[in-house]
Amino acid sequence: MMNYFPDEVLEHVFDSIASHKDRNSVSLVCKSWYRIERYSRRRVFIGNCYSISPERLIARFPGLKSLTLKGKPHFADFNLVPYDWGGFVYPWIKALAESGIGLEELRLKRMVVSDESLELLSKSFANFKSLVLVSCEGFSADGLAAVAANCRFLRELDLQENEVDDHRGHWLSCFPESCTSLVSLNFACLKGEVNLGALERLVSRSPNLKSLRLNRLVPLDTLQKLLMRAPQLVDLGIGSYVHDPSSEASNKLKHAIQRCKSIVSLSGFLEVAPRCMSAIYPICGNLTTLNLSYAPGLHGNKLTKLIQHCRKLQRLWILDRIGDKGLGVVASTCKELQELRVFPSDPFGAGNDAVTEEGLVLVSAGCPKLNSLLYFCQQMTNAALITVARNCPNFIRFRLCILDPVKPDPVTNQPLDEGFGAIVQSCKRLKRLSLSGLLTDQVFLYIGMYAEQLEMLSIAFAADSDKGMLYVLNGCKKLRKLEIRDCPFGNSALLEDVGKYETMRSLWMSSCEVTLGGCKTVAEKMPSLNVEIINESDQTEFNLDEGQKVDKMYLYRTLVGHRKDAPESVWIL
Amino acid sequence: MEGSVAYDSDLNLKATELRLGLPGTHEEQQAVSNVRNNKRPCVENETAPPPKAQIVGWPPVRSYRKNNSQPVYIKVSMDGAPYLRKIDLKVYSGYPELLQAIENMFKFTIGEYSEREGYKGSDYAPTYEDKDGDWMLVGDVPWEMFTTSCKRLRIMKGSEARGLGCGV
Repeated sequence: MMNYFPDEVLEHVFDSIASHKDRNSVSLVCKSWYRIERYSRRRVFIGNCYSISPERLIARFPGLKSLTLKGKPHFADFNLVPYDWGGFVYPWIKALAESGIGLEELRLKRMVVSDESLELLSKSFANFKSLVLVSCEGFSADGLAAVAANCRFLRELDLQENEVDDHRGHWLSCFPESCTSLVSLNFACLKGEVNLGALERLVSRSPNLKSLRLNRLVPLDTLQKLLMRAPQLVDLGIGSYVHDPSSEASNKLKHAIQRCKSIVSLSGFLEVAPRCMSAIYPICGNLTTLNLSYAPGLHGNKLTKLIQHCRKLQRLWILDRIGDKGLGVVASTCKELQELRVFPSDPFGAGNDAVTEEGLVLVSAGCPKLNSLLYFCQQMTNAALITVARNCPNFIRFRLCILDPVKPDPVTNQPLDEGFGAIVQSCKRLKRLSLSGLLTDQVFLYIGMYAEQLEMLSIAFAADSDKGMLYVLNGCKKLRKLEIRDCPFGNSALLEDVGKYETMRSLWMSSCEVTLGGCKTVAEKMPSLNVEIINESDQTEFNLDEGQKVDKMYLYRTLVGHRKDAPESVWIL
Repeated sequence: MEGSVAYDSDLNLKATELRLGLPGTHEEQQAVSNVRNNKRPCVENETAPPPKAQIVGWPPVRSYRKNNSQPVYIKVSMDGAPYLRKIDLKVYSGYPELLQAIENMFKFTIGEYSEREGYKGSDYAPTYEDKDGDWMLVGDVPWEMFTTSCKRLRIMKGSEARGLGCGV
């Protein structure tokens, strides 16, 4: 029956299908649906930039407008991947530029973005609207200047936690007077000064500006002027927030903040004077997102007083300085809380103010809607995890990091198998899990049995034997990303079911027991996988002994074979 | 052989009463700990924290976050004291808090600050080295300007201290 509908009708129907998964399914129904879907596809998400080539992407989706690309493996965030491993965006931009595709949006995560790439980007796509760079590196203010100068209809320039090489340069002044389309501007991660006058004028002529995140070097009086010019802001990132509460400047700021009745998201406070927080109270009642994880100066009473004003909070990112008591305040105030992230304020120290299992239990009891957690803590108990599992069965993301990597339950001295077991058993919608603490094979048995929706699992310093890994590979049918470090998993686990890896995006194993021979076997049996051995030691030649343990292995499925841009430290089998 | 005593599960550690856990610890936990290879952090002594800083990539905190969240430690020296101390400037919200902390740290009192006369009432004057390398009296500039320009603190004592604030 569907054969008699003209293509335009089907296209119209497909337009309302937004999710990538659904569109992928649609394209598999039949040849004509595949054809119609590919021409009408506007947004593509590529989770591993080496799984496909830009040429094939362009060939299949000529109408592409928005591309999301991810490069380095997740553990690159923790210095486990050499800096020159790969993930270069330039070939993508070049291919897209040469193809005539009307790219409007580019979102990159963990990729290397050169100034050259940004320049090419800015000159190649007349309708380019949105650039989002998350945890990227390789560019400087020069590249940003090119984007500012050349992208006439730019709506979004969002720089999140990037390592920017060079902080000099007046990129902000490069936005032409004719640019009035900005909706989102985030330069919090830049260390250099911006031209304050240019910033004020830019904000003044951007009536659609909804999101503005400043860096540390934007002084208070500029902040006040910007807020006066943009009372329609929805998301604000404050850079420097240091003033004398009794001063005229502070009064003016209070007045400016109060006019911003639409702000629901607040972040930054990269420099903060805690006693000035009362100026913020008037807008706290509207906040749904609050990120104070870069404000170590804010703690104790000043912090809890602020939180007590935030009754509508749904997402809170905070430092562990808040302490268990502070989390108790969160629990009693923030009944709508869905996501909590507690970061360590001092990753290497004793962490006197750090949080323990008590804080987490309090939050789980007070915030029944909690579904996403990242929690760095001093210790955790099985009893606490069991309670949390009972209080919050809705977890989608559960990431626990006990600062001491093999710490058992301090009360019982037992491994934390039962606690995590309770989490996976109770949280039927769990998609992402990170484990820590003392763990045996048992916890993996539970994960394999109960974590049916699990897509991403991170394991460190855990398990006793290959069985642990096998439980997971056999049990978790929806597993997409598995990353393992410092576990006693060897070849028999790795080789048990090599076909499984084709159903996943990637597998990372470092400081485990797999050998070169084992990795070679995977590569031989599965030509659809790239098996990369990363060797950062000083030896110029890889030791060709098959029995040699491999320091780091990263394998991923791909349709385009071995990549050509690997550095010397990476050997693709 | 001796080096792997803590990790070799074949040795009957219970019999020799060499245990990794507290008395009464479940057998299983000991066996578990023993399997860890020597790349694991050292857990011979339950009470000593493992050397966290030596494990690459642990705790799993993004480098960006690590680089941007570190406390601003500065050295604090006091004339006559045998060793220096370090404090995190970010923790204090103003001069009174900072000076109180230093007084507690070195067990002395600083005296009253006035713009005209510096610190009156004690033998000490808190000074700091600024970005230009000059030694300045603590308290003259606004707090936020101080925190961004202060490189180290020195509590001066005696005649040197009294020389400051005398209508210079």
